[in-house]
Amino acid sequence: MTAPPMHLAVALDAAGWHPAAWRAEDARPADLFDARYWADLVTEAERGLLDFVTFEDALGVQSAAFHRPDDRTDQVRGSLDAVLLAARVAPLTSHIGLVPTANVTHTEPFHVSTGIATLDYASTGRAGLRPQIASRAADAAHFGRRTTPRLTDEDVRDPERIGRRLSPLFDEAADAVEVARRLWDSWEDDAEIRDAATGRFIDRDKVHHIDFEGEHFSVRGPAITPRPPQGQPPVMSLAHAGVPYEFAARAADAVWVTPHDRAQAAAILAQVDAAVRRTGRDTRARPLLRFAEVLVFLDAEPGAAARRKARLDELDGAALGSDAEVFTGTPGELADLLLDWREAGLDGFRLRPGALPHDLVEITRGLVPELQRRGAFRTAYGATTLRGHLRLPRPESRYARAS
Amino acid sequence: MSGPENTGRKQVHLAAQLPGIHNVTVWADPRSRSQIAFASFQHLARTAERGRFDFFFLAEGLRLREHKGRLYDLDVVGRPENLTQLSALAAVTARLGLAATVNATFNEPYEVARRLATLDHLSGGRAAWNVVTSFDAFTGENFRRGGFLAESDRYARAAEFLATARELWDSWAEGDVRADAAAGAFVRPGAGRFAHHGQHFGISGRFTTPRPPQGHPVIIQAGDSPAGREFAAAEADVVFSKYNRLDEARAFYRDVKSRLARYGRTPDRLKILPTATVVVADSDAEAAAHAEEITRAQVSPQTAIAHLEAVWGRDLSGYDPDGPLPDIDPVPDAQMLKGHSLFRRDRDAIARGWRALAEERGLSIRELVIEVSGGQTFVGSPHTVADAIDHFVQSDGADGFVLVPHLTPGGLDDFVDRVVPLLQEKGVFRRDYTGPTLRDHLGLPHRPERTPVPKETP
Repeated sequence: MTAPPMHLAVALDAAGWHPAAWRAEDARPADLFDARYWADLVTEAERGLLDFVTFEDALGVQSAAFHRPDDRTDQVRGSLDAVLLAARVAPLTSHIGLVPTANVTHTEPFHVSTGIATLDYASTGRAGLRPQIASRAADAAHFGRRTTPRLTDEDVRDPERIGRRLSPLFDEAADAVEVARRLWDSWEDDAEIRDAATGRFIDRDKVHHIDFEGEHFSVRGPAITPRPPQGQPPVMSLAHAGVPYEFAARAADAVWVTPHDRAQAAAILAQVDAAVRRTGRDTRARPLLRFAEVLVFLDAEPGAAARRKARLDELDGAALGSDAEVFTGTPGELADLLLDWREAGLDGFRLRPGALPHDLVEITRGLVPELQRRGAFRTAYGATTLRGHLRLPRPESRYARAS
Repeated sequence: MSGPENTGRKQVHLAAQLPGIHNVTVWADPRSRSQIAFASFQHLARTAERGRFDFFFLAEGLRLREHKGRLYDLDVVGRPENLTQLSALAAVTARLGLAATVNATFNEPYEVARRLATLDHLSGGRAAWNVVTSFDAFTGENFRRGGFLAESDRYARAAEFLATARELWDSWAEGDVRADAAAGAFVRPGAGRFAHHGQHFGISGRFTTPRPPQGHPVIIQAGDSPAGREFAAAEADVVFSKYNRLDEARAFYRDVKSRLARYGRTPDRLKILPTATVVVADSDAEAAAHAEEITRAQVSPQTAIAHLEAVWGRDLSGYDPDGPLPDIDPVPDAQMLKGHSLFRRDRDAIARGWRALAEERGLSIRELVIEVSGGQTFVGSPHTVADAIDHFVQSDGADGFVLVPHLTPGGLDDFVDRVVPLLQEKGVFRRDYTGPTLRDHLGLPHRPERTPVPKETP
């Protein structure tokens, strides 16, 4: 019996996930706001046949402690809008999925939905959405319309506690995703008729108001954008605790989790399963893919990756801390780890390169061939859409049945 | 040698609009392609760039129009989200300006400023923002705050929105990204810090995005009311206008340009671009016949009745589009067509005017609607059209035009292949781009005229 090939994604973020990555020898820190830098990274990821890349984002400047702004100048500060970044590279690639982060606390759900639908058109079916709540109180002041919970140092030591404190924002985020999905469905696939005889461009019985009424907002619809090529672009979320697991169980097509070993992966997946049961989701009809995160430093020469990381730690003045497991080693050793962890029931991995472009290139030219040799990863793209890569069926519009 | 020849003649500026959500777009033509596929946008944008246009422009509507309580189904409908779409188009063009209409009512300054700054970075300085306002509760039903804004407050909010966006763009100085690995200095201390406390926005913190390559993206405005004209004179780099007949265009041009001095600006700092349509054929006669066909196709019998209903405020589906206008009176307060600026005001006066015109000329309903739709702006052989555009611009009716083709996506092919070379021969239109940014194309300075608030250097 052979397991299906694993899914593999790369999380792109500025110069990489180590705060001092921009000071690495082969980093391109002056190019972080330039389209060519991102185009180079994404075409490299596509060369490695990866399922998708993700783009991090936030509506505030980066900080060392995620809940509290700081004035550090020795780390990357400043960012570009992730949805626009994904769109900028879409026409330059042809297969790889593009999953930007979009804020669902301050950004209008209507705009999030049409932005991702537009990305799906521009990429002909390769868009995804990673909805993110605004967990930093300082970001709310950039909008001045509301306040959000101010996390304390005490809170951030415990993911369960963060989850409970932010649970109203997760509830609202689930509403935002529901609105996005309804808007994507609001035009049936065959709504455009171009009937010259009657002069009608659309069949208005196939374009629907969504009439969403929630605790935090209501949206009438329909979308201004016709149904995107994938029907509904896949929604994915990062989760570390019960509340976000439940959010994923309600709203996502894929959840990204952060175990530190195989046993912990199994334990977390059991919690995800429990959350799925609590929400009553039927995963045969609506599969929920499970990805684990690993922050990676890779070099073919044994010991080199660890030395590279140690040098970056030294530059940053602290050992790298992360919610995800930090791996240093050779591509072969990482392949061993991924195949081992997968036994816990994972569908794939989202790898966070410690430094860019270095660790991305080690993934595409070192890890990928290694996994291919072991029969665990595709040797050619078998589909042209993100749903196709993830083996997720294209959903019918929920409104098609009603009419 | 690239660039405009030094003829001393006023230069023409051109923009292309993807046919919008209205009856200008003839979808029933067999050559008409998808209004939403990326390939259509790419075709038109690349055609505009081949023709050395200044920029490509996308309009916006945040709620599908409804007529008599149901979705309006006679026009092309369905459009992308503008900034995302233009970012993708930045990948398939190199010099063309990219102009997005973005609403200042159902958005917040921090996010709009950030997305426009992003587009400017990702396009190497080609972003423009057409600032529009809306206030209606109908559109508001798609957004968190609903119809929160009074119509009388919409310019005040838009002005403060734009001022706030400018503060955010100025919050990073040029060179604030140091990226000095040896010194361990990525960014200047305090880069992005801002605070704005006004009537409509009270926000503070740090802006995420370094100063855009153009300093500020190009600002476009389209208001026609006195308040709108004043806003344009104070703030805009480009004004769109609906006046494409020379006499009224010259009056508008004179009026708006005369307002600039009050804001310390010279007349060349604001470009006035009326919307125009073009029909080109081998001969003037052939073009005239073609223009008439297009106009008839734009006003189908169903469209004629719908426009009449929008003005009359009542159901007129029982009337024959080829028969006379109804003798019943309009219902002044009933709004039949929602989500569109067309026929929103003064409907009583419009109805009286239409009736008088139809009686005087003996026009049927459809003939009347065709008559008042204005037809096509520039019609003729390539030479006739090039001469007319040049004459219009040299007579100070405009600084150029926004061309709205009636076909998606090939509607500008003929213009670019046949008219643009003639404008270039006349020395009134660039043979090649002279700089990388949209501000370069428009002959506008790269830095805003107002000096950014000086910041302390720690």
